[in-house]
Amino acid sequence: MTAGLRKRVAAAAADRTVVDAVHLATWRKVDARAASFAALPHAGKLRDHADQIRRHTLAHLPHYLRQFTDQARNRGAHVHFAATAADACELATDIATHAATTLAVKAKSMTTEEIELNTALAAAGVRVVETDLGEFIVQLDHDKPSHIITPIIHKNRRQVARAMARELGTPYTEDPDTLAQQARSYLRQIFHDCDLGITGANFAIAESGTLVLLTNEGNGRMTTTRPRVHIALVGIEKLLPRLSDLGVLLKLLARSSTGQPLGSYTTLITGPRRPDDRDGPDELHVIFVDNGRSDILTGPHADVLRASAAGPA
Amino acid sequence: MRTAIFITCLTDTFFPRVGTALVRVLRHFDCPVTFPEKQTCCGQPAYNSGFHDEAACLVRRMADLFANFDRVITPSASCATLVKQHGPALLDEPRVRDLADRTYEVCTFLEHELDLDFTELVHTHEPTTYHYPCHARETYTLADLQRWLSGIRDLRHPPRPDLCCGFGGVFAVDFPELSGNMLTDKLQVLAGTGAELVISNEAACTLQMAGGARRANLPLRFKHMIEIVAENLGLMGADE
Repeated sequence: MTAGLRKRVAAAAADRTVVDAVHLATWRKVDARAASFAALPHAGKLRDHADQIRRHTLAHLPHYLRQFTDQARNRGAHVHFAATAADACELATDIATHAATTLAVKAKSMTTEEIELNTALAAAGVRVVETDLGEFIVQLDHDKPSHIITPIIHKNRRQVARAMARELGTPYTEDPDTLAQQARSYLRQIFHDCDLGITGANFAIAESGTLVLLTNEGNGRMTTTRPRVHIALVGIEKLLPRLSDLGVLLKLLARSSTGQPLGSYTTLITGPRRPDDRDGPDELHVIFVDNGRSDILTGPHADVLRASAAGPA
Repeated sequence: MRTAIFITCLTDTFFPRVGTALVRVLRHFDCPVTFPEKQTCCGQPAYNSGFHDEAACLVRRMADLFANFDRVITPSASCATLVKQHGPALLDEPRVRDLADRTYEVCTFLEHELDLDFTELVHTHEPTTYHYPCHARETYTLADLQRWLSGIRDLRHPPRPDLCCGFGGVFAVDFPELSGNMLTDKLQVLAGTGAELVISNEAACTLQMAGGARRANLPLRFKHMIEIVAENLGLMGADE
């Protein structure tokens, strides 16, 4: 462990604002999770079943990667493989450059945080705007997400209000609804002007080449339908063999993470826009990201990937 | 039946009264016990810190040391979990699996093997609250603990009885500030019940909470459930 980490932890633990904010959010989530699992029949069996699905998938990962790739390509998607974070950034940057885009929207994605995609795209002249409200505020405040599900768990409403007023030039308010409306109005224009949508994926269904994206704000759907080009960066552990497996994982994912029975929006994306579709991107690129995952899978800590596989996009 | 006590480092070092109570209660129920003096740490701190090879050395040592006993009884659920679950996962050897089958956490042993009814044996004369240790999860549930304590006349259920005390072994050393914040929350919950007696069956948690209570000048006192059983059976005085 680095001395730097110890110092940052000590400073955060002494910051009353952070401590109070984390308290409030944590208890809310803990209670919501307990209540939602108490209301789920056979929760234990479902978790065992989900665990078996994950074990099976990770044990046969090359097979399911090939199957997804074949299915997705049959439906008109481009599928790429990135061994490292740098490779993934390079692939995404090439696609953006080829599409001659300068403005991209992004739905919350921990995989893109992991590979620091925004920095790479910015260097290539592409501005990336986060569209998840929490990530949007983090980006406005030149900060980093502090939690994989609740990125601004460390900020209170005064800090959010100050960042919004300072960066957007909107009237100062601490009212959450008004703040959300201000962000929404700002993002509408961005959605209108952008050419590129970037997402992760919570799951990738091998049998049909389908990406599954869970969001609570609808920004995931805007990001994957409005822009001409959609790039999804997907950790290779996110594969699921069949669509029928998705039901099992969906019953558990939102309950475990936010305490919801189901996320507000569950989006299934199979290929780019077809001629008779009213909307959707002309190009869909799936970039599978390894970045050390294969090494973990064959090492003593493979359990980490089973947990991550059922986690955020 | 040859029965051995596996005392654990923290109980041995900081809470000898728990060991005394353990021996007296087992003898009371016709369960003569032996104490193999060469016993050491079971390997839990090493295991939890990711030093699996080092932990495996101690797991092997445990298996050899307790090889000739029919039953091994310990007052700690976390050390029981190390022996029963993590040990066989680290070392897939017959003697390690065998020790896992013969090792018991004391409360579950008394209930399941000796068919004792704790509602008759666990009484106190004052408002009493309790702590459910995170590491007990694999050994007994919160509902088990609440059932064992249900005979206490003035049992004060704390909000979030399974709230972590913040110890977490080496976690408390690596991140003392976080551990301290968690401890503050825990003590607030316990003190808020108005009870001064806290039943805590995990020595590591007790060490953390008792130290915090003393520094915060809170009048909390901590006892393992086996001490209450010994007192109720007249095997030890309340202040002995």
